[in-house]
Amino acid sequence: MPGFHRGDYLLALPMMLLTLFALGVLLIDLLLDRSSKVINAWAAFAGLAFSAAAVHNIQRAFADQAARGEPSSPFFAFSGTLMVDRFAVFFFYLFLAAAAITILMSVRYLEVEDEHHGEYYALILFSVVGMMCMAAGNDLILLFIGLELMAVSTYILVGFLRRDRRSNEAALKYLLLGAFSSGIFAYGLSLLYGLAGSTNLQQISMALGNAMAPGKARVVPAVALVTTAAGLFFKIAAVPFHQWAPDAYEGAPTSITGFMSVAGKASAWALLLRIFLFALGPMRPLYVPILVFVAIATMTGGNLAALTQSNVKRLFAYSSIAHVGYIMLGLIAGTAFLPNPDGIRGILVYLLVYTFMNLGVFGVIASLRRRDIIGDELDDLNGLFFKAPTEAVLMLTFLLSLAGIPPLAGFYGKYFIFLALIESGHYALATLAVIYVAVSAYYYLRVANAMFMRTAGDRVPVTISPGMWAGLAITGAATVVIGIYPEPFLRMVNWSMHVAQNPTVAQLLR
Amino acid sequence: MPLSQYILIAVVKIAIALFVLLTACAYVVLAERKLIARMQNRWGPTRVGPFGFLQPLADGLKFILKEDLIPSHVYKPLYIAAPMLSLTLALTAIAVIPIGQSVTIGNANIPLQITDVNIALLIILGLTSVGVYGIALAGWASNSKYSLLGSLRASAQMISYELALGLSLIGVLIGAGSFSLREIVNSQAGWHWNLWYRGQFVAFFVYLMAAFAETNRVPFDLPEAETELVAGYHTEYSAMKFAMFFVAEYANMFTVACLATLLFLGGWDGPVFGPAWLMVVLPVLWFVLKVILFIFVYIWIRGTLPRFRYDQLMAFGWKFLLPLALANILITSLVIGLTA
Amino acid sequence: MHLGLFIAFAVICVAGAISLVAQRHPINSALSLIVVMGSLAVLYLLLGAEFVAAIQLIVYAGAIMVLFVFVIMLLNAGAEERTRGSRVAMALGVPGLIVVAGVLMYTLAGHTAAGQDQLAIGATYGPPVAIGRSLFREFLLPFEVTSILILIAIMGAVLLARYHAAPAPETRAIDPDEAGDLLQLAGTHGSAAGARERRRAEHRMREREVTR
Repeated sequence: MPGFHRGDYLLALPMMLLTLFALGVLLIDLLLDRSSKVINAWAAFAGLAFSAAAVHNIQRAFADQAARGEPSSPFFAFSGTLMVDRFAVFFFYLFLAAAAITILMSVRYLEVEDEHHGEYYALILFSVVGMMCMAAGNDLILLFIGLELMAVSTYILVGFLRRDRRSNEAALKYLLLGAFSSGIFAYGLSLLYGLAGSTNLQQISMALGNAMAPGKARVVPAVALVTTAAGLFFKIAAVPFHQWAPDAYEGAPTSITGFMSVAGKASAWALLLRIFLFALGPMRPLYVPILVFVAIATMTGGNLAALTQSNVKRLFAYSSIAHVGYIMLGLIAGTAFLPNPDGIRGILVYLLVYTFMNLGVFGVIASLRRRDIIGDELDDLNGLFFKAPTEAVLMLTFLLSLAGIPPLAGFYGKYFIFLALIESGHYALATLAVIYVAVSAYYYLRVANAMFMRTAGDRVPVTISPGMWAGLAITGAATVVIGIYPEPFLRMVNWSMHVAQNPTVAQLLR
Repeated sequence: MPLSQYILIAVVKIAIALFVLLTACAYVVLAERKLIARMQNRWGPTRVGPFGFLQPLADGLKFILKEDLIPSHVYKPLYIAAPMLSLTLALTAIAVIPIGQSVTIGNANIPLQITDVNIALLIILGLTSVGVYGIALAGWASNSKYSLLGSLRASAQMISYELALGLSLIGVLIGAGSFSLREIVNSQAGWHWNLWYRGQFVAFFVYLMAAFAETNRVPFDLPEAETELVAGYHTEYSAMKFAMFFVAEYANMFTVACLATLLFLGGWDGPVFGPAWLMVVLPVLWFVLKVILFIFVYIWIRGTLPRFRYDQLMAFGWKFLLPLALANILITSLVIGLTA
Repeated sequence: MHLGLFIAFAVICVAGAISLVAQRHPINSALSLIVVMGSLAVLYLLLGAEFVAAIQLIVYAGAIMVLFVFVIMLLNAGAEERTRGSRVAMALGVPGLIVVAGVLMYTLAGHTAAGQDQLAIGATYGPPVAIGRSLFREFLLPFEVTSILILIAIMGAVLLARYHAAPAPETRAIDPDEAGDLLQLAGTHGSAAGARERRRAEHRMREREVTR
């Protein structure tokens, strides 16, 4: 029987292990009483660790490939629907790390909210499975189902605080808008399938190459591009498809807000890069103007709206929208006029550092949650320095990093993207982006101002659980270390950039 | 075969099938009344014709001649459409059911089936699942609480048991490798009936239970439980409209009985001997006998068992039949996978 | 004849879709949607995808829409109130819709005229066997991931809709002073009335725990 081989399963092993552990968590949860729910977190953590080991195994295969002196080529599995290349491996690690830190930060928070259920951890693991499909899919169907898996898990997680009205509202809004955008996205994909007669990304790329040949009507490809892009822009929360983000971020459990804003965003970016670089590569002349428009709108909308927010979670929601704008500049630099790998590299570096610094921010906000205080108003941060100096200093580090102040990690993300912009000749965009970075410093410093300059409303000490400490320590250390000693991380990004097997991407990345 | 002949044959087959089905429905009602009466030590209808044989005709006449009442508080379009929908869907299912091999008349080889499609089983499942609308809409459009409660119960029950029903058939499908009823029957030829040959008796049990629930028969007749809901979803219906629901219910009984025969009891498989004409008639006879056996079981159970409570009904469907059907799929596919 | 049927059901499908939006009563809208689903199934059938047609009928018309109708009936949803709607949306939306639809139709018609390669849908995807093969060979991974997707969708629905069980009393510490007050309110021990009072007080305490 022409079946699948060991290699197929080895490549899917990270996902399979995660699924297995998630199902395990669901079963174990039934046996645990309320006081020992923390075992769920450990089980989920073990799942992530095993999955990371499986990813490492794939990474070793790439090393073997290099040792044999062969050119790096991606591994295909399951009749070509799954394509694990170094790019995917990079994202696998990113998702696993984000999920692990989120779990560390969640345990105490869920106990305070009194919604400590095993489903929470299972859903996080399942959503990582979806993200992996998005990063490694080579087929529209797998990409779409991965996207939905990620999205549906997130909808449920956003509404996880069932007794909290804001959480319910956020989940409903997010679900409705998300379903609508998925519909638009699927419409675009169906047109792509109609054009190519295949759901395989390479085949679509070839068919689009033919369709974009001079002298042919480009209406259908253009509609396909616009609808696909609109769906993707929604998922990364780019203006004008961003309205869901502030509501969803505000209503969601804070730990999940962090998870959504880093892992969810990174996976959406992985999907967007896959589709824009691999499938829609031949349509570059058409999509670059759209990207420029959306990037400018996103930076403007995100930064200006963030200025006036009084709720910290909303503020960081708009801030994360603004960051999407910067990241999009990397894609413009990477695809416009001159093929420029620095742009794509900038995106990967940005996503890497953003994962740590933004998770750190939401970790600090989550740790402020107590029985009586939700802790997500700006005023709740008042005088934090006098109550919990370590946390305040950590928060300041994350804020400065988000603003892109040099000795910290955030600087490198922006540095590579702006460098690529200037290299590719987008001086106006680069200038605009720098202006907006300056604007963003204002609202980040507003938060810092509240923490250091104002007096606290109460003197109740902030208690921090060991898990939260670990999470904050990891994110804080990563933010500082990447800033001071970025070489190993840049090497990792460079390693993952050897993706370029697809000729279009090769041309783009080399 | 020229098109005109093709159409002629099709029309004749449809006419015969409908006539037979409707007559059978009418006489099953009589049989039911008689049998139940016997089980309860009564006589049943005896006055109209010898042994009451003309009773169905009298009933039919009564339905036709009665005044057709439309209560003033109903939502008219749906109130009128609902019984038609029910009856149409119930009668359509007979179109894909084969009752024997084929007969040769002149130069034409006519299969004993209105139309042979390779997804016949799916079509029947589809029609059954769409059939819920007739009942649901009847209850809603009647604008009466008994009707609404009855139709809500019916829809919930049919949706729940449809899962078990569909899943119970998968074991058979895996064995036969086709959705075509004709091929499924052929795969059981020579006494290799699914009931025992592929160990599908568990599936048969699940199917039987689910089929009872799908047709709203005792012991699953909560949608029309007289003691609680007057008459359930058809409380507000009278005359021909009521008759349509009535016939639809019995037509559905025939459909599930035919399906059970085709899927589990080898269809028309049985001893065949004698001259050519007998070779054609005997399989049809076996088929009809098996169907009648099923109908008898239906009536027998009605005369024997009390009604479930609603929560018991749901628990039975979801917590017992569904897992059982899933386990059957698992074991059947394992066995077939390992022995193939 | 196929073309004629195709056009007829396409028209019914579009009419159903328009009716779905235009109807004021939710149950009529739901029924229009069933018409859309049913005519789509017929279109699939005409394109030679019989298995997909049957599944469309069973899953959409037979399962999903039944639940829609069921919920509408259960909630006893009345006719909706009409608002004027957004004028900007009307002014931009309707012409935009017409333009996009027109352009798409024009190009699609142009495609067939130009003799672009048309996909023989019936040949590849029609019979159940072919669908089974492609599900379990080419698309095995998406198929399996879909099962996870459905699992979490069920789990999410149960999780969010589950009865909000009151937290168990022992996990929520009660302020000792408050408890003392309540017990004092309940009177002293001994008499049957006192016991009843005490029970009531305990009940009140439990209620407080719940509402906090």
